[in-house]
Amino acid sequence: MVDGKAKSGPLLDIRNLRIEATVYPPGEVPRTITLVHDVSLTLEKGKVLGLIGESGAGKSTIGLSSMGYGRGGVRITGGEVILNGRDILKGGKEGLRKLRGREVCYVAQSAAAAFNPAHRLMDQVVEATLLHGTATRAEAEKRAVALFKKLSLPNPETIGERFPHQVSGGQLQRVMTAMALCSEPDLIVFDEPTTALDVTTQIDVLSAIKDAIRDTHVAALYITHDLAVVAQVSDEIMVLRHGRLVEWGGTRQIIKEPRQEYTNALVSVHEIEHQEQQPGTTPMLSVKNVTAAYGGGHIKVLKNVSVDIFPGQTLAVVGESGSGKSTLARAITGLLPPEQGSVVFDGRTLANRLADRSKEDLRQLQMIYQMADVAMNPRQTVGTIIGRPLEFYFGMKGRERDKRVAELLDEIEMGKGFIDRYPAELSGGQKQRVCIARSLAAKPKLIICDEVTSALDPLVAHGILKLLLNLQQIEKVAYLFITHDLATVKSIADSIAVMYRGEVVRYGPKSKVLTPPFDAYTDLLLSSVPEMEIGWLEKAIKGRRMESAGN
Amino acid sequence: MSSPIVKLVAQRIALGILLLLAVSVLIFAGTQILPGDVAQAILGQSATPESLANLREQLGLNQPAYIRYFHWLGGVLTGDLGTAMSSGQDIATSIKERLWNTLFLAFWAAIVAIPLAITLGLIAVRYRDGWVDKLISGVALASTSFPEFFIGYLLVFYFAVQHQWFPAISTVYDGMSFGERLQAIALPAAALTLVVLAHMMRMTRAAILNVMQSAYVETAELKGLSASAVIRKHAFPNAIAPIINVVMLNLAYLVVGVVVVEVIFVYPGMGQYLVDHVTKRDVPVVQAVGLIFAAVYITLNIVADIAAIVANPRLRHPK
Repeated sequence: MVDGKAKSGPLLDIRNLRIEATVYPPGEVPRTITLVHDVSLTLEKGKVLGLIGESGAGKSTIGLSSMGYGRGGVRITGGEVILNGRDILKGGKEGLRKLRGREVCYVAQSAAAAFNPAHRLMDQVVEATLLHGTATRAEAEKRAVALFKKLSLPNPETIGERFPHQVSGGQLQRVMTAMALCSEPDLIVFDEPTTALDVTTQIDVLSAIKDAIRDTHVAALYITHDLAVVAQVSDEIMVLRHGRLVEWGGTRQIIKEPRQEYTNALVSVHEIEHQEQQPGTTPMLSVKNVTAAYGGGHIKVLKNVSVDIFPGQTLAVVGESGSGKSTLARAITGLLPPEQGSVVFDGRTLANRLADRSKEDLRQLQMIYQMADVAMNPRQTVGTIIGRPLEFYFGMKGRERDKRVAELLDEIEMGKGFIDRYPAELSGGQKQRVCIARSLAAKPKLIICDEVTSALDPLVAHGILKLLLNLQQIEKVAYLFITHDLATVKSIADSIAVMYRGEVVRYGPKSKVLTPPFDAYTDLLLSSVPEMEIGWLEKAIKGRRMESAGN
Repeated sequence: MSSPIVKLVAQRIALGILLLLAVSVLIFAGTQILPGDVAQAILGQSATPESLANLREQLGLNQPAYIRYFHWLGGVLTGDLGTAMSSGQDIATSIKERLWNTLFLAFWAAIVAIPLAITLGLIAVRYRDGWVDKLISGVALASTSFPEFFIGYLLVFYFAVQHQWFPAISTVYDGMSFGERLQAIALPAAALTLVVLAHMMRMTRAAILNVMQSAYVETAELKGLSASAVIRKHAFPNAIAPIINVVMLNLAYLVVGVVVVEVIFVYPGMGQYLVDHVTKRDVPVVQAVGLIFAAVYITLNIVADIAAIVANPRLRHPK
């Protein structure tokens, strides 16, 4: 630790922080926007403060300000950032460089992207320590190996010799935590460290991070949009919105007795009332024993998968990344022709290949994607985007088409005013709504929703899910809902298929699938979903240890 | 080395050989399409039909084209490039010395140009959008935009005529010492450097800037590394593949594209040799030089491909 610093007072004291950026909207005069409005916070040594809010709330920006860092053209224009008793904003570039990687370290959201692919892990882990001269290489490497052990990484002695691409995402995230801890900093900024991970991996990483924080007495700013996650690791929570402080209090107070309406909305976001529908007699779409593979049949990603979707109902497909759920959608739509098995729609077998399907078949199956912004042509207006399927499938033109576009915009709760807007002018949630309207324009019987809410903030995602359920009532459309988020599944599904390594391991009506006794994988999946309850993490980990001891 | 690399490298080499064969067919076919033939060229306008027929018989020109092609190819593979019509000399022997001269010039131009271009690229990235960056880009672009003969004459005027530091004519001959040779090629090497500099410099800058957006560059900055250390240690190793590609293209240009510069400085290299014999319509020499140029080009591109493969840690260290 750095000597000669003030021993009294908080470790980090941010006062009236103001952060601005210049934006360059196409075709307009550049203007300055304020990202963070006079936010103040203090953090004691060894404590963890959770920063929570939706995207654009300024939480990462505030987190990085503790290192005097602004992403892109972001500038700190006001206030003080007092770390270890001095205002780091007054220390100049050289002063900032001395504290980065020594007093404050950073753990990024995607460790897979944050590690340099060209260097071995160990070289990167000890780099900051060596740079700041706090240890010799041998000492630093010894420290790193001890940290790998503490973070329960496999082969702690040799994992440092590997390159980033040779290590899984969850392991990389732990290596990154070790990298931050290696230079024995006073403060670590965790920026959504588990958001990019599967829930089953998230729980391990989360518990490793929590133990490491406890044992090393390092203070932390823990940035996330997931309240249930932050409730597991933080002493205090600060809720932010649009760059302003909403509420700041102890973890228990924030999640049990929120004082602000917005916090309350965040806490209760997951509950949607949905009456489960019983499966009908004849399915509208049947996937029969489908096997599909990539790489000319070498890598089997779907193994003998069979599911049914009934008219006007929702089948949710859940599983972690690599379980084959998106591949199932590709097989159904014909983008990846199945090697074996068939897809039966409305009593007739669909051609395996997309190119062999009739226009009518194409119309009946529509898709909505995770990334709404890349699923739309940025140079077309909302009116053109939604009008395109109307022209293509129904030959609608002119006023008739515009009238239908306006109706669809109404259905997705966006006004006529949006007809002439471009996708870049819409928020994330609005973009996804336009994609929904575009798929509805074809009047399909089935819409495949591939992780449609994963890239959205919880409150926005909530709105989209409610909209989808309403539209199902009006249009009688069925959904195949692909997601890794079990809360979403609970809200909207009628039946559920749990996938693991290309196979359906559990399938049936929602109430049955979510009622014990569970198979091992479903149990693991369900018990890994963070709950908004203090001490959940310890309980879940303990439950697992007992199980693995008993099994 | 691991198996995926060996396989990829073998593939590239095999492709290169195939490509070279295709080029040899093209070169041969191209020279066949030209009006007149070797016999006509040797004997000139006044030749009688009988003497033409005799010579054709003697040179094997009456045989079908594909047999002559394989005959030629067989010769090339055994190091026999034929004899020049104009002088009757063995082509392989006269080329050997000139190829050596060309490679000597290209080597010294490359030794200066490549590190200079990459360093300037790194500096431009370090001070991006500032005046240093703009100055480097501007000067490099200007030097590339001037035709090479113009740069050549400018150098001659300034360094040979006005100051007489270097000779205006870069004649090299046997028995010259190494230092004398270096002095002789200083001006053509400088001209070549100025021609290829900007391309490599700008590509280096663009490739590194592209990598500078990555999350791992931010990680490095947040470790407290200085801006130049971030560029050198974290950005450059990941930008190496496109840089190698453009460097190899320019190396190939240094060997193959030196014709104009060699003519200006009267340097006895391959380019001069080619130009001389094109004017004399000496088809066997043109074929041989064309094939050698193609081989150089293809080889350097294979080297670039292989270097890019080897530079990729994912291929070097598979899971």
